[in-house]
Amino acid sequence: MTKTLVAVAAGLSRPSSTRLLADRLAGAVQQHTGDPDTRVQVIELRELANEIAQNMVTGFPGPRLRDAVEAVTSADGLIAVTPVFTGSYSGLFKSFFDIVDKDALAGTPVLIAATGGTARHSLVLEHAMRPLFSYLRSVVVPTAVYAASEDWGTGGDDALAGRVDRAARELASLVDARPAHPDVPDVDVPVVPFAQQLAALAVGQE
Amino acid sequence: MVNQMGRVKVMQFGIFTVGDVTTDPTTGRTPSEHERIKAMVAIAQKAEEVGLDVFATGEHHNPPFVPSSPTTMLGYVAARTDRLILSTSTTLITTNDPVKIAEDFAMLQHLADGRVDLMMGRGNTGPVYPWFGKDIRQGIELAVENYALLHKLWREDVVDWAGRFRTPLQSFTSTPRPLDGVPPFVWHGSIRSPEIAEQAAYYGDGFFANNIFWPKEHFKRLIELYRDRYAHYGHGTPEQAVVGLGGQVFMRKNSQDAVREFRPYFDNAPVYGHGPSLEEFTDQTPLTVGSPQEVIEKTLAFRETFGDYQRQLFLMDHAGLPLKTVLEQLDILGEEVVPVLREEFAKGRPAQVAEAPTHQALVARRDAELQEVQA
Repeated sequence: MTKTLVAVAAGLSRPSSTRLLADRLAGAVQQHTGDPDTRVQVIELRELANEIAQNMVTGFPGPRLRDAVEAVTSADGLIAVTPVFTGSYSGLFKSFFDIVDKDALAGTPVLIAATGGTARHSLVLEHAMRPLFSYLRSVVVPTAVYAASEDWGTGGDDALAGRVDRAARELASLVDARPAHPDVPDVDVPVVPFAQQLAALAVGQE
Repeated sequence: MVNQMGRVKVMQFGIFTVGDVTTDPTTGRTPSEHERIKAMVAIAQKAEEVGLDVFATGEHHNPPFVPSSPTTMLGYVAARTDRLILSTSTTLITTNDPVKIAEDFAMLQHLADGRVDLMMGRGNTGPVYPWFGKDIRQGIELAVENYALLHKLWREDVVDWAGRFRTPLQSFTSTPRPLDGVPPFVWHGSIRSPEIAEQAAYYGDGFFANNIFWPKEHFKRLIELYRDRYAHYGHGTPEQAVVGLGGQVFMRKNSQDAVREFRPYFDNAPVYGHGPSLEEFTDQTPLTVGSPQEVIEKTLAFRETFGDYQRQLFLMDHAGLPLKTVLEQLDILGEEVVPVLREEFAKGRPAQVAEAPTHQALVARRDAELQEVQA
């Protein structure tokens, strides 16, 4: 079964360095995975900004947002990239993951990445991004990738390309090790038989 | 199709109200609680006058809502109407004492000569639970245990009981006993919990999906689950399960006039205001703003999604709409929409589909079952 890799990019400008980083990471993971048929889908949250805000108010997603959430929750591997805003992930990035069901990403391998103007904000990955996906019970790969503006013009062993490569290998090996996510989600509503619900309460006659 | 006492109908149509006190965004005027309560009564009376079958009130214990005491209001409406079925949307089975529900609604049933049913709901306002000494994290368990007791109190004259959530009972008799020995029909309402669909199916009670504010696919799976489990518990076929649906409409003769008049109410409404546009929302949810014909078409389409069903309630009086407008809406609903819906829903309806529940029908069924046992 074909596996799917989804990259979520929360950059706002066009062109966006956040999108650029998401594309590089996705390409690198695809390269390292043992399955050449692995599909890659990149979701730019900018295009969903209105529907994300509306979902906050109405409690249900519009059609395009619903497709995006489905893509993310049925992905075999997830790459999450945010710009750093005011000391953390952007509000749009957080709002999107607020809409995703809190159990839907449990066990999903995730690569976290962020972009910013300077390297001073790089601990956002460890202090904000990693705890967010820990709460969602995802499996976050050890290497997180931060790209400051200067990284796009720096070479050497420790440069961006090297970290992208290492993180991509880590995600690829986790994705390869898991069975493919089923294409058709489980549509049966789970039901606890009523007698069991009653028994759990020990309700009844003396 | 119409009998002396209860107007037996294949389908019932009515209205349900939240009882919100909301500022009219077009005038800035906020009705007083007194005005709103009297308006709810006027709306109920109008519902009967225009030929609707059901009036249901919500139950709330926090502003800006007024209906904290549903049986008081419904008792008052009962005295001013002759045919209308009085119901709730919903009665809080979690935070009310089931003993008091048993007593209050049996009393109402006697006063209203059987024109009473009720809908169980959990309530989704966090602080209401602790205000009534309960814990919201036990919402489902409270709904299950409390209803088990209520069900018993209405069916057994002398009850011994021990549960987790209330004082045990020894040799307790809930009075008055249900009218003709037949308890009011019960619906279970839920927005997202399969446990409640399962509960409704287990008892062979009705299941109500409020069908407003969310896309219909959201409710489809719960209703399918309820129908399957209704059959599983041996109450009949899935098609014989008793289903109620909500809906929300605003109508004018010309569609554009309806949109123009309703838009400020939509844009500022407590639930969905300041979110999607009216056009996006009507596209994605059962809300219809348009001509009576458009309402008829969208409502008839519910059957394609949910199967033949027994009760359709409309939300008509929220978001600060003035009483005069609501009464005009009820005129249109009663004169132009519901007669067509009755006729169209009756077409092609399989004979085995359950009739809408009435006290008379329940008494007749009980008598038939007794005769079968004796024979």
